[in-house]
Amino acid sequence: MADYILELKNITKEFPGVKALSDVSFGVQRGHVHALVGENGAGKSTLIKVICGVYPYGNYDGAVNFEGKECRFKTIREVEAAGIACIHQELNLVPDMSVAENVFLNNQPHRFGIVNFDEQFEKCRKLLSQVGLDVNPDEIVRNLGVGQQQMVEIAKALARDVKLLLLDEPTAALTETEVDTLLDLVDQLRKRGVTCIYISHRLDEIMRLCDDITILRDGQTIETRPKENMTKDEMISLMVGRDMSNLFPREPHTRGEVGFELRNFTVPHPDIPGRDVINNISLKAYKGEILGISGLMGAGRTELFTAVYGAYRTKGSGEIYIDGKKVDIRNPQDALDAGFFIVSEDRKKLGLNLIMSVKENTTLASLEKVSSAGVLNEGAEVAYTTKYVKEIRTKTPSIEVAVNTLSGGNQQKVVLAKALMSDPKVMILDEPTRGIDVGAKYEIYKIMNELVDKGVVIIMISSEMEEILGMSDRILTIADGEITGEFDAKEATQEILMRAAVGRSAT
Amino acid sequence: MTKKKLTPKIDVRTLTMIVVLVVIWVAFAAATGGKFITTRNISNLIRQAAFTSIMGVGMTLVIVTGGIDLSAGMTMGLIGCVMAACQVWGGLSTPVTILVGLVLGCIIGAIEGSIIAYVGIAPFIVTLGAQLICRGGMLAVTKGQTIAPFEKSYVFWGTEYLLPIWGWLVAAVAIVAMVLLKINQRRAKRKHGSLDESEFEAVARCAAFAFLVLLAVGILNNFQGIPIPVMVMVIVVVIFTFISQRTTFGRSIYAIGGNISAAKYAGINVKKNLTLVYILNGLLCAVAAVIYTARLNGGTATAANGSYELDAIASAVIGGTSMTGGVGKVSGAILGAVMMMSIDNGMSMMNMDSYWQFIIKGLILVAAVWFDTQTKKAGK
Ligand SMILES: Nc1ncnc2c1ncn2[C@@H]1O[C@H](COP(=O)(O)OP(=O)(O)OP(=O)(O)O)[C@@H](O)[C@H]1O
Ligand SMILES: [Mg+2]
Repeated sequence: MADYILELKNITKEFPGVKALSDVSFGVQRGHVHALVGENGAGKSTLIKVICGVYPYGNYDGAVNFEGKECRFKTIREVEAAGIACIHQELNLVPDMSVAENVFLNNQPHRFGIVNFDEQFEKCRKLLSQVGLDVNPDEIVRNLGVGQQQMVEIAKALARDVKLLLLDEPTAALTETEVDTLLDLVDQLRKRGVTCIYISHRLDEIMRLCDDITILRDGQTIETRPKENMTKDEMISLMVGRDMSNLFPREPHTRGEVGFELRNFTVPHPDIPGRDVINNISLKAYKGEILGISGLMGAGRTELFTAVYGAYRTKGSGEIYIDGKKVDIRNPQDALDAGFFIVSEDRKKLGLNLIMSVKENTTLASLEKVSSAGVLNEGAEVAYTTKYVKEIRTKTPSIEVAVNTLSGGNQQKVVLAKALMSDPKVMILDEPTRGIDVGAKYEIYKIMNELVDKGVVIIMISSEMEEILGMSDRILTIADGEITGEFDAKEATQEILMRAAVGRSAT
Repeated sequence: MTKKKLTPKIDVRTLTMIVVLVVIWVAFAAATGGKFITTRNISNLIRQAAFTSIMGVGMTLVIVTGGIDLSAGMTMGLIGCVMAACQVWGGLSTPVTILVGLVLGCIIGAIEGSIIAYVGIAPFIVTLGAQLICRGGMLAVTKGQTIAPFEKSYVFWGTEYLLPIWGWLVAAVAIVAMVLLKINQRRAKRKHGSLDESEFEAVARCAAFAFLVLLAVGILNNFQGIPIPVMVMVIVVVIFTFISQRTTFGRSIYAIGGNISAAKYAGINVKKNLTLVYILNGLLCAVAAVIYTARLNGGTATAANGSYELDAIASAVIGGTSMTGGVGKVSGAILGAVMMMSIDNGMSMMNMDSYWQFIIKGLILVAAVWFDTQTKKAGK
């Protein structure tokens, strides 16, 4: 008999109008890394929330058995005391507190209620070195990159004596190198006897790291198998419920005229005077091609295009041309008028209004299309939204629900719907498939192809090498705010891109 | 899309508030030996509530954007005194006087709004400053005197009633409009396959609305008719419900309050829209000022002693507006205002010391918000 640290028995969880989980049962073996995979909205995050007490006992049906006992957690505290820690899909750090304060939030070393800051600092340094993060514990979290923040989250989990660690898409926001660090770390935890449940849409990671795999589809457990008995293709077809032979629908594109051009674009650093985040970049993007932008996190890719969009903290200087015409962009409104749309990498902060409905979010950037003389036409709103929900297969109980009730991937699809509806000439996609399942990715790629055929200039920023190589026609690498390489997709390889992405200093 | 269930959508919150209101009314009726629910008192109470509702509507918009207006009460007071001065000392006709008031309201709102939006100072600070300035302005205009009396045509706006026959006509128009709207809405929804309300529910909802309208008009007509301020309030609420729910401007202010950065990214002109909200709020303060001064038949600095902005904030919040922005309904302010005024009115009728009014109002305010957070949790 296998030694199960966690057993789930017939877990069912319903939301108004949606059955997120129905009769989910499987066991997690002690000391294993157990993968949980499934399409967007399959119920993975919901299951995690059931296990870690976000939905307390009584809020779901079925039983969660941890270390042989049934858990009836009412508060997160009890969960923590039992030795379960969770890293949620959305980061949960306090941005204006220091790393150490975050790591020991609600768990500070203290004597009679007085925090012992020295001890906190020391302990934190040890934890940070365990997770391989080289930052000062007194650093403010806001100043860290997303990858580093993710490591802080893990350190926070380790600060408590954790037996079972739940990781919900921890690598979604990381670059390839950061992913490697994280996978190594999880591997080390496994060696120390910590059990992990690991959710990811990056199936290669799963194949590399995990011992067992459970597949969820539409809230039901399809299968649990040891990794040895499962191939990646099998996993995909079990997830989506049909065979998928090709992950990237690459189509031959014919390059047209220049649709977008930047000349000598420079963006000053918002905090350090005299320094530039983007240094004199000139680039051209053609109609009928997908331009991939590769680079490490912090290379300036996002900064460049948010500045072009007029939404960066400092204003860029240089010239921007659309269809050969010079445009003047001072704010996102000008950018939209000129025909830009940026699908931001941070959908919660910049892409969506979480408390608004699917419908309201979809139409928000194109209100003029669904109104006349400033008066909204509800019929038109519904028609547009329904059209996009169907087109990109957003899974939502209705178009009237608030987007914060959708699964992460489906939220991203709402952002895309908003982008599509604005009918842009130049569409900038910043990590467009972050947190999106294979089936939906494929559809998003197909939409990109269609847009290219319609003459939209597509610029795709991505940290996923496979995606860059699989979909772009031409690739630019950016490092330290400068373009360090330009490649035809046919001749590019992961190594070549990586070398270029590390920048001049390394060559 | 996943399977759809036709669960009846009952607005738990509104329903609870109505129940609470009924309980309060019954309690007061019992405590005053029925004096509280004479048609005369109810008419009076609703008139008071109309004033607070109008202020509450503006406040709701402001709070939805994530802001607050601490100057509303003093703005209202100052405008009232200026209008009194215009008519009593300056001899201006009623329409011109009112026009001056409305324009002044817009100007004050525009100044506050542009400082908030373009200069970027927090609404709390800007409107706190404006509160002091308006209070000073009010005392400067009146120099402690009462500026009275107004012309009859001005006093009309605070004290007169619609003839009962007109009242019934208004009720009929309201009911027909409601039914037509409903039919229209259902037709559109059916066309898009998003109909989420059964026939029975639709009929029940219309019937409930018709019943309430007829009941209200019946009660008011039983005394003297619909008070003019109540009519003004109804018009204000209809217009502002339309603005907030059906226009791109309305959508934009909810978007700004919900997530200002995402609104910017979507190309919404945040500064312009914010300024416009404060202008409309100033305008509504002016409308309230007309009613207030017409009722008193004079401009005095007594408004300086009141805390009408707090009443307005409380009605908005009791009406379901969230202080964090992005959530709230203009019509909620009516419910909040009626609740607050019922307490004021009932308690003074029972000759209770006025400190009790403050204590009870405070408790209800906090309880309403507590209730909100509870229902939100349960929904998760
Ligand atoms: N608070 C909620 N209210 C209503 N429905 C919800 C809520 N949370 C989740 N759901 C629904 O439950 C289903 C499962 O969502 P969940 O977040 O678990 O998906 P997921 O497998 O984590 O997807 P993703 O890969 O996109 O993160 C979805 O259909 C979602 O719309
Ligand atoms: Mg999820």
